[in-house]
Amino acid sequence: MTSTLDTPARTLDATELAAVRADFPLLARTLRGGRPLVYLDSGATSQKPEVVLDAEQDFYAQRNAAVHRGAHQLAEEATEAFEDARDRVASFVGVSPGSLVWTSNATAGINLVAYAMSNASLGRGGAAARQFALGPGDEIVVTEAEHHANLVPWQELAIRTGASLRWLGVDDDGRIRVDELDTVVTDRTKVLAFTHASNVTGAITPVSAFVERARAVGALTVLDACQSVPHLPVDLTALGVDFAAFSGHKMLGPTGVGALYGRRELLEAMPPVTTGGSMVEVVTMESTTYAPPPQRFEAGTQMVSQAVGMGAAASYLHELGMDAVAAHEAHLAGLLLDAVASVPGVRVIGPTDTRDRLATVSFVVDGVHAHDVGQVLDDAGVAVRVGHHCAQPLHRRFGVASTTRASAAVYTTDEEIEVFREALTGVRAFFGLEVS
Amino acid sequence: MSTGSMEQLYQQVILDHAKFPHGKGLGVAGDLHLHTGESHQVNPTCGDEVTLQVDLDETGVVRDVRWDGQGCSISQASVSVLHDLVVGNDLATVDEIGGTFRALMQTRGAGLDDDAEETLGDATAFTGVAKYPARIKCALLGWAALTDALIKTGARESS
Repeated sequence: MTSTLDTPARTLDATELAAVRADFPLLARTLRGGRPLVYLDSGATSQKPEVVLDAEQDFYAQRNAAVHRGAHQLAEEATEAFEDARDRVASFVGVSPGSLVWTSNATAGINLVAYAMSNASLGRGGAAARQFALGPGDEIVVTEAEHHANLVPWQELAIRTGASLRWLGVDDDGRIRVDELDTVVTDRTKVLAFTHASNVTGAITPVSAFVERARAVGALTVLDACQSVPHLPVDLTALGVDFAAFSGHKMLGPTGVGALYGRRELLEAMPPVTTGGSMVEVVTMESTTYAPPPQRFEAGTQMVSQAVGMGAAASYLHELGMDAVAAHEAHLAGLLLDAVASVPGVRVIGPTDTRDRLATVSFVVDGVHAHDVGQVLDDAGVAVRVGHHCAQPLHRRFGVASTTRASAAVYTTDEEIEVFREALTGVRAFFGLEVS
Repeated sequence: MSTGSMEQLYQQVILDHAKFPHGKGLGVAGDLHLHTGESHQVNPTCGDEVTLQVDLDETGVVRDVRWDGQGCSISQASVSVLHDLVVGNDLATVDEIGGTFRALMQTRGAGLDDDAEETLGDATAFTGVAKYPARIKCALLGWAALTDALIKTGARESS
């Protein structure tokens, strides 16, 4: 095995890992033909521990009421649960609760920032919001490694405002070209949006270099933290980004909820996007004044039970210790890379060493389409993702239309990766291709 | 390693068509006849794509089908089989075959009656695909392109 840990952090021992797995009811189920499930699709969505399921159930069974309104005891308790969840998630990523906005998912969080900038470009938010305004001559910079969720909203913002979209390339190892920062990010750059870790290559971005360059030119940074928050210790304050979005469902929490972090002074200056109830101060027939953040960005009835579930997920991960989670997954990354490297005719798209990468490994099986690879793996009970993983430009960069992706999480075991390896070994033979 | 369900899904007919596809390679401009239609279809979930050209003669019989594409063995084999099934047939027959194939995809792997199997010929091999809901759209990609391309020939109304 080539796996090495960058830091000698505490990892999960066999007993702890068994206990973790016992927390996830779904991991115990079997599939067609009675085969045990080997879930290697956590990059798409994670499974949920019982504490998360219980938190949602308990909210509805005991405390359900409208939050932030009503004077009755249930309303108080519901509001407390909702805000307690915000505290937990905020603290989990090292920020203050007042700078954390609930969104329906990470995509919605990124779009919120893009549309707020759009509104500011139309003059909404007054002088304070002028810092978010874009127009012809301004530039938005993204990277070729982005998930469509951190690309398309910026393409659209560029079209609406007349700004130009530029991007940093990706090198042959699947890492973002940090060396292009100085040439692509310039005084014209108003926004630098980039992923913390690629959902395809698993490569972790050196955030500090991006933040440093953005600050030097006065650009705002927007971090897609979907793949990092569930797998690494993440302190958004220490990273120094201006905005960051992540989702609940990838970090052991429910679907339907995500979070957008924004530096408090930026959120205070930013015009609202979705408007309506719950986000206002004074409404007359002529005009409206808006609530301070985060409520300004939380119009309408919120996804309260899901937020409570996401709070429970953050606490669950916090109690395991993100250092231990990251150490366990660094070990798994090594095993996954070894497994893929051991099978002839299989090529990794992304870094082939364990340095600065997640246990997310995408690969191509020569002569076999990813869908067909996934089908054969499924027959062995192994769940992987196939396709372009919402990152078509990155696949195009490597000259492929689709890849197969195995992605692990805290509950993944060495034995599961061995089942995956064995199943992968049989793929080319099944389709009548040479296996040596 | 397999329990047999893989062999049911990937019947030899499918693997053969995927490896040695029929009708693959688009026609050049000079080949185009009066009633030629072309359609490009993409499966947005996986990026599989097919471009299909259909050429009708003056009596409405399919003179030729040419196609190009990239994708999984199910999608590529399905277009290859489609080529064999529709070339030389009139539109009523093409519609019957297409309708029967779509019906087959709704059987969850149970298959259709003998008459239907006779209509479908090699396409009967796709019976196992219907057991895997995620793969049905792979098998139907070429048929969606054919429907659209036929509309574009102008030989029939859309709808």
